[in-house]
Order: sequence, then structure tokens, then C-alpha cells
Amino acid sequence: MLFYSIRRFIYMGTILFLLSVIAFIIIQLPPGDYVSSYIAQLEAEGGGEFTEAEIVSLKKQYGLNLPIYAQYFKWVWKILHGDFGMSFQWSKPTSDLIAERLPLTVMISLFTLIFTYVMAIPIGIYSAIHQYSIGDYIFTVIGFIGLAIPNFLLALILMFLFYKYFGLSVGGLFSVEYLEASWSMDKFADMLKHLPIPIIVVGTAGTASLIRIIRGCLLDELKKQYVITARAKGVKERTLLFKYPVRMAINPMLSSIGWVLPQIVSGTTITAIVLNLPTIGPLLFRALLTQDMYLAGSTIMLLGFLTVIGTFLSDLLLVWVDPRIRYEK
Amino acid sequence: MKRKKDEISAEEKLYIASQWQLMWRKFVKHKLALLGAVTLIILYIIAIFCEFFSPYDIYERYVKYIHCPPQRIHFFDEKRNFHFRPFVYGLKQTSDPKSWRRIYLEDKTNKYPIYFFVHSYECKLWNLFPMDVHLFGVKKGEMFLFGTDKLGRDLFSRNIYAARISLSIGLVGVILSFVLGSVLGGISGYYGGTADMIIQRAIELLLSIPTIPLWMALSAALPSQWSPIKVYFGITIILAIRGWCGLGRVVRGKLLELREEDFTMAATIAGATNARVITRHLLPSFLSYLIVHVTLAIPGMIVGETALSFLGIGLRPPVVSWGVLLKLAQNFRTVSLHPWLLIPGLFVIITVLAFNFLGDGLRDAADPYK
Repeated sequence: MLFYSIRRFIYMGTILFLLSVIAFIIIQLPPGDYVSSYIAQLEAEGGGEFTEAEIVSLKKQYGLNLPIYAQYFKWVWKILHGDFGMSFQWSKPTSDLIAERLPLTVMISLFTLIFTYVMAIPIGIYSAIHQYSIGDYIFTVIGFIGLAIPNFLLALILMFLFYKYFGLSVGGLFSVEYLEASWSMDKFADMLKHLPIPIIVVGTAGTASLIRIIRGCLLDELKKQYVITARAKGVKERTLLFKYPVRMAINPMLSSIGWVLPQIVSGTTITAIVLNLPTIGPLLFRALLTQDMYLAGSTIMLLGFLTVIGTFLSDLLLVWVDPRIRYEK
Repeated sequence: MKRKKDEISAEEKLYIASQWQLMWRKFVKHKLALLGAVTLIILYIIAIFCEFFSPYDIYERYVKYIHCPPQRIHFFDEKRNFHFRPFVYGLKQTSDPKSWRRIYLEDKTNKYPIYFFVHSYECKLWNLFPMDVHLFGVKKGEMFLFGTDKLGRDLFSRNIYAARISLSIGLVGVILSFVLGSVLGGISGYYGGTADMIIQRAIELLLSIPTIPLWMALSAALPSQWSPIKVYFGITIILAIRGWCGLGRVVRGKLLELREEDFTMAATIAGATNARVITRHLLPSFLSYLIVHVTLAIPGMIVGETALSFLGIGLRPPVVSWGVLLKLAQNFRTVSLHPWLLIPGLFVIITVLAFNFLGDGLRDAADPYK
């Protein structure tokens, strides 16, 4: 177990390093460098002309005169000290912008995760024990459609329906009067009112696929001999079901627990743009459109880090829960 | 010879059937998969011959009909008389006294019958063969079955042209990721060692970057002065960069398993080259898995392109894809006023569903133990 953890940990380190390289490449991708865009922007705003000397000194300050690998190390060094670079679009440090939106992003994702599990586990179990019943067919069809509708389209359709039939404007996460307000019970209650649509929209696809997974696993388990033996011994159906087969069927869920969260963050991206939610997604989108590359690169790197660390944790969790994997290696 | 075939009983046929025949038999039994296959065939035929199926030029603007809602095809006129030839009513434009919005009403005095094989606008099939015959159309007046957009362009024709781009982008992307996935996964699984190590780490790395942000970053980096064709291939490459990872893993896993089998050993001892072992002995035994995987990968790519174009960082006008068309419906106020702008979304959903059904059926058919 310890050896396995250490090996996984080293892998994780390598991948984190490579991720930072990719993020750096993404920052370097668009033509032109940071200082030129910064200067162009300042000049466009009427901030005056820059002399050659000033430009050179600015470039020196950001280390743009160095060879590319040195630039990379300088960038990493700064990140390790908490400096993710400036976002020139917002004239704020990138880390502040991300820190502002990260809690809300994680919160929406967590709620979505809970929604997914609460919906998918009972439905999956029901579908498996009532295989080929009307209920099973209905859930199967709903599941397929849920998988087939792209998130952002579902968001649009739901917004349209809510607007048309309930007269609700459902964009954003807060009503206008609470936008700038500090946190209070009222603001929290207001937010809870806005939460259902994003959660349903983001959670639908995940729920649909999880139902399929649980149903499939449980069906496989129920055919196994130990179930028949238990039934022959006269174990009650309910005990029989929940004691072993359901526990086994939930296993694949555990292996996904780590990367489901970042996946939801990624899945929320487009939905959040449509629904105008104050999460990381729209921030990244706007950063990419305006080529605010420090912001974009750091965001992508952060999301990648979340995924890698999540996968690492879920691997450990799985080894801990399932002894068969533990003893295999 | 023919008589001899008849003499073989059904049971015997089962024994001598090849692997593919067995799969075909199982596949035909899967009704949903057949439905999916038929839907896809129809969609792809429409996409291939989109010039023929679209009644109007997609860039032609009908300035008198801006944001015109879909017209209905009638078989019965206002006096409940049945017409064998369906028709559409003409349109009368008025404006709402309160909101000053344009409203289109059916003008019951004008009936425009719909004809098949109508000679209308000139176009070139596949940019090669000039033609002016279109499947259906009206000879007088206008017919907008899916309504028009804010420039007064016919959305029915635009949706049909968009099918060509949207449906092909999934195929091209999947072919790219298929080649990448089977070559790299094959090297990784068959040779093992350092190559395996490097390729597996690369896959893990690519999988650890969240898909949509990665796609967004890469497609936002495509130079804006690129021609539509270049952007199209750029987007397919971006979609394939992530797409091959899953396939690479499947191929590697299968090869690792099969490499240890006796028949591989036998082939190697008999002096077969590596290439021959892979292509003649290993590939056929897991080709069915690859096909299933590919079928299920296409809808992901179609949705990916749609999402990117919807955000405005994928394909851009004048190219029409379903995503580009959906971009018109970006905020829900537009949608509540002009719900027909969501029709391209319906096409996306139907396509994705059809691919999923087909993939499911293929998976069941390919699994010999089911």
C-alpha cells in the first residue's frame, strides 16, 4: 500500500510538471507577447505612447528577453511564490480573480455531484432489479436523451421554458440586488433559488451515464452464484440486495469520485457561459477571447492540477476500499 | 450449387457462419440500433447531396421576411377541401401595436403549391457539377419551412448545408484519432518497454487536462485570418488530439491480452514478421471493439464542434454548421421570441442519439458472450 502510494505520488509529480509545461505553451501560443498586448491595450485606452527604452525595460521586467526555457522557469518560480502574473484585461493579479470564483465553482460542482448520486443510485438500483419493466424503459429513454442533449442546449431550453411558463429570469447565480452585497442569509437563500437550473443542467449527463453504469454492474452481480446461494438459503431479498451486490456495483463510482469533480468543472464551462454564472468557465472564456494569456494559462493549469490530484486521491481510495486491487500489485 | 445451399439447415448455417455473419445476425435483432443506422444513413445522404435537398441558396437574403417563423405545410385549405398537392399560404406582415415587433400572418388568399424536382437557383453539386434541380420547392412565392434568421435567410436550407459540415467533422476527426490511436496504442501494447511508458504517460497527461477548456484554449489560438477550410481542419485536429487517447488505451489493452495467446506465439515461430502478426492475426480479433469505440466517439466530436462554434471560437460564418446556426440562439430572450432558431439543436440531438443507439447495438453484436 505504502509502496503503491509512493509510486503513484511520483507519477503525479511528473504529470503536474508536464501540465505546467503545457499551460506555459498555451500562454505562448497566440502571436505577440504579453508586453506588446499590454502596451497595445494601454495605448488604445489613451494611456500615452511608450518609448523604445520603456518597452525594453518592461520586457526585461517580465523576462521576455530571456531564452524560452529560462522564461518557463522564471514563470514557475513566480507561481511557486503565489504570483500567477497580471491579468491585463482586469488589471488585477490573476490569482485574485481565480480565488474569487473558485469557491463558487467548487460549490456548484459539489452540489451537482450530490444531485447526481442522489438521483442515479436509487434509479440505477431500481432499473436493475426491475429489468425490462416499464419504469426501466422510461428511465433508459430519459437517460439516453439526457446523454444526447449537449449541456448548453439543455440550459437554453430550460431557461426558455422557465421564462415562458414561470416568468422567471434564471440567468446568473444572484439577483441583481445581491450582486455586490456581502454574504448573508438572504444572499444565500437567493442563491439557493438560482441553483436548481445549473445543477440540473450540469448533472443530467452525469446522472444518465451513472444510471447506466450502476444498472449494468448490478445486473452482472445479481447473476453471480453467491446471490443464488444466498437466495437458496432464504436470505431476505432486501438484505440480499444491499449487503453485497449493491456495494459491488457502487465500486466503479468510487473510482470516478476523483475526476468527476474536475469533469463537472469542465462541463460547467459552457453552461456557465450560457447561464452567466460567476464561475471559472466564463472567466477562462473571456480570457481566451481577449488573449489574456496569463489568466487563461493559469486557469487551465489549475483545472488540470485539480484533475490529477483528484485522480490520485480516488486511486488511493479505491485501493483502500477494494482489497482485490491492493493485493494484485 | 444453389440447391446445395438450400439443403443446409438453419442449425448448420449457424455453425458455418463467419464471425461477421454472426455479428450481423445479432445486430439486425437490435431494433433501436437498426433505427439509429437508418436515421444516420438518411442524415448522411442529405448531407452528401445537400445542394439537391435545399430549396434556397443559403446566402440569399429575403429582406422582406426577417425572423419569419416556420411556415406550415397544408393539405386542407380554409374551406376544409383536401388538396393532393400540399401547399403553403403566403405571408402577410403586420406589427404588434404594443411592442412594434414584426408579426407574420398567413395570407389565406394566396396558396403556393409545393412541387417536386423544381428548377430554381443555380448551384454546383460538390462545387463541381452545375445544377438547378432541387428536390422540392414552390414556383411562386416563398416557403420557409424552418423560418428565417435575422438576415432573412432560409433556415431550412442552412440547416441542411450545416449537416454536411457538422456530420463530416465528426467522421474526419474520428478517422484522425483512429489512426493515431491504433498506431500509438499498437506500438505501446505490442512492443511495451520504454515506448509503452512514454505513450501511456502522454495519454494520462492529455486526459488530465479538462476537455472543454483544452478545446477552447486550442481553438481560440487558431489565427483569425485563416481560411474556413484551414479552420475546419484545425478544429478536427483539436478534437482528435483528445479523441485518440481512449482508443489508444483500448488498443493497448487488447494487444497486451492477445500478445500472450498461443496463436500469436505460433505465428511468430512460423516466422511471420511483426507487421504481419499485427495486421493478419491480432487486428482482426479486436477490430469489432475498435468499430464500436469509434461509433461512440463520433457524437462526442460532433457535440464538441457544436459547442465550440456556439461559443464563437470554432467554425465561423460564412461556414454553416449546426453550432454556427445555434450561435444565433445564444441568449434566451432571442430564443423566447424566435424559438425556431433552436431547430439545429434538434438535429444535433437526433444525430447523437442515433450514433449512441447504433454503437450500443454494435457493442452487443460484437460481444460473443452475450
